[in-house]
Amino acid sequence: MSQVILFNLLNGLIVGAFYALMALGLSLILNLSGVINFAHGGFLALGAYFAYSLAPITGFWIALVIAPLGAAIIGVAVERVLIRRLYGRDPLYSLLMTFGLAFIFQDGLKFIWGAQSVPYQIPSWLASPLSMDLFFLTGYRIFMIAVVAIAVGGLFLILGYTRLGIRIRAGTLDLDTVSVLGVNVRVLRSLNFGLGIYLAGLAGVLAAGMLGLAPTIGDQLIMPSFVAIIVGGLGSLPGTLVGGLLIGVVSGITSVYFSEATEAVIYVMMALILMVRPHGLFGDEGRLQ
Amino acid sequence: MKKFQDWQGTIIVWALLLTMPFWIGHIGGYTTLGTRVVVLAVAAMSVNFLLGFTGVLSFGHAAYFGLGAYGAGLTIKYLAASSMAGLVAGVLLGTVGAMLIGLMIVRLRGVYFAMVTIAFGQIFYFVSFRWVNLTGGDDGLTGWTRMPLSLGPLSLDILHDETAFYYFVLACFGAAAAGMALLLRSPFGRTLLAIRENERRARFLGIPVDQHIWMSFVISAAFASLAGVVYAYLNNFVDPRAFRWDQSGDFVIMAVLGGMRSFWGPLIGAAIFVVLQDKLSSLTDYWMTPLGLFFVLAVVFFPRGVLGMLKRRRAT
Repeated sequence: MSQVILFNLLNGLIVGAFYALMALGLSLILNLSGVINFAHGGFLALGAYFAYSLAPITGFWIALVIAPLGAAIIGVAVERVLIRRLYGRDPLYSLLMTFGLAFIFQDGLKFIWGAQSVPYQIPSWLASPLSMDLFFLTGYRIFMIAVVAIAVGGLFLILGYTRLGIRIRAGTLDLDTVSVLGVNVRVLRSLNFGLGIYLAGLAGVLAAGMLGLAPTIGDQLIMPSFVAIIVGGLGSLPGTLVGGLLIGVVSGITSVYFSEATEAVIYVMMALILMVRPHGLFGDEGRLQ
Repeated sequence: MKKFQDWQGTIIVWALLLTMPFWIGHIGGYTTLGTRVVVLAVAAMSVNFLLGFTGVLSFGHAAYFGLGAYGAGLTIKYLAASSMAGLVAGVLLGTVGAMLIGLMIVRLRGVYFAMVTIAFGQIFYFVSFRWVNLTGGDDGLTGWTRMPLSLGPLSLDILHDETAFYYFVLACFGAAAAGMALLLRSPFGRTLLAIRENERRARFLGIPVDQHIWMSFVISAAFASLAGVVYAYLNNFVDPRAFRWDQSGDFVIMAVLGGMRSFWGPLIGAAIFVVLQDKLSSLTDYWMTPLGLFFVLAVVFFPRGVLGMLKRRRAT
């Protein structure tokens, strides 16, 4: 029994890590630019398919790094042409536009790579279990958690110590002042959008190794990612991280005791948390109405 | 001057709706397509009652839409084989659900409100998905149909006669539209507009804001569940997707697309959405691209929605 719990705990942690990776990207974009990006799942799938096409040529490792970069470049292009038109407008329009973009992505992926799901090859030494007792502990699962940890650590280092990161954080607090101080806000927003999409693309590549590829791969991840942001509290990136891991683990443990509620439990949890703490666990009071 | 123009618009809308079965065939449509437009227009207008006239975004109206649909379907299947009984039960179920949920969420605002409304929709989605014995799960609720209406000596075979069913749906639409229009003209409706324009000022004027938002939410959800009932009747079928967040998203998109500050905007948005989807999906497998492209272009070129844009054209 304890093995079952451990298995589901680990599974929950992995799922939570995906939610967190995706939610961090969504959060970055939402905090700086006020855009709710429903096309995030499309960018995730784009990263995954780039890796699928690249891996046979470059090998697994280079694809892991380059494919999300490809998604991020497309992301910046989309931001320059379309998303920037949403800045300063009612977030409702971001709903309409990014819903539209999500539709286009899904069709485009289907057109280029086909509607059928395809497997994604991972190095064989990553695919085997580490020990007989803990059969579920494949190297790939550990590897995914490690990659997510590195990516999240890297993100917080960038935000904490680089000029770009400090400007992003400052812009989140007061974009006008940052602009007056001579920072090119247009470039800042583009880079920030690219950074968010990079995280989504990375999540896509990792997910492809576990689940295989399909044009709709991002669909099951997007709503829980929003839940992660809200549970953690809008405006707080550490909150988003905690929110993602928390809902993953809670849904993993629920699947042991009451498997029918595996998916519903995160929404119940979010509703309960918001009733007790209307701004989420770590959200700032009164910001981003 | 403006009043006169609103009048004109209302007359044109009703003239078109009442004669729909006679002309829709000539422009390449069919009666059921018109019925779909009217059904989804009720839902989009109900979302807009809250969004456009109270300033509150519910991203979870599919919850009440779905409750209405399942309420009606389950009633006809298990309790009473009557379309009117199903309608009453569905609207009642959706409204009571909204009353209870509204109590829990009325203090939240903005994105948080939108997200919690999604959450409740998703909870219903997964419950209907998993409770296979009652709802049929993913396969949907089957084994029932809408029933012919009989009111005393009058009877209307809405089951087999598509045109009769269209007028039944149109009657529901008319009741909803009239109800919303009357409410918006009442002191209550004016208070909602005041809350939309400046919530803090309304509060300082002594208006019990939370109470008004709760009432607006419940009224709007009641109309959404009415839409759900007729949607279930239209298909003679309900499945869990009626509850899902993308269904709620469709309603919001219809409202924004048509023009969320105008009364008839959501009807136009629903018409564009339904007709485009129907036409495109019959032409190509890749119907999502042109539809998505249309949304993107609408944001770039019609920032106030189609109707808002037309109004501005006329003003200049």
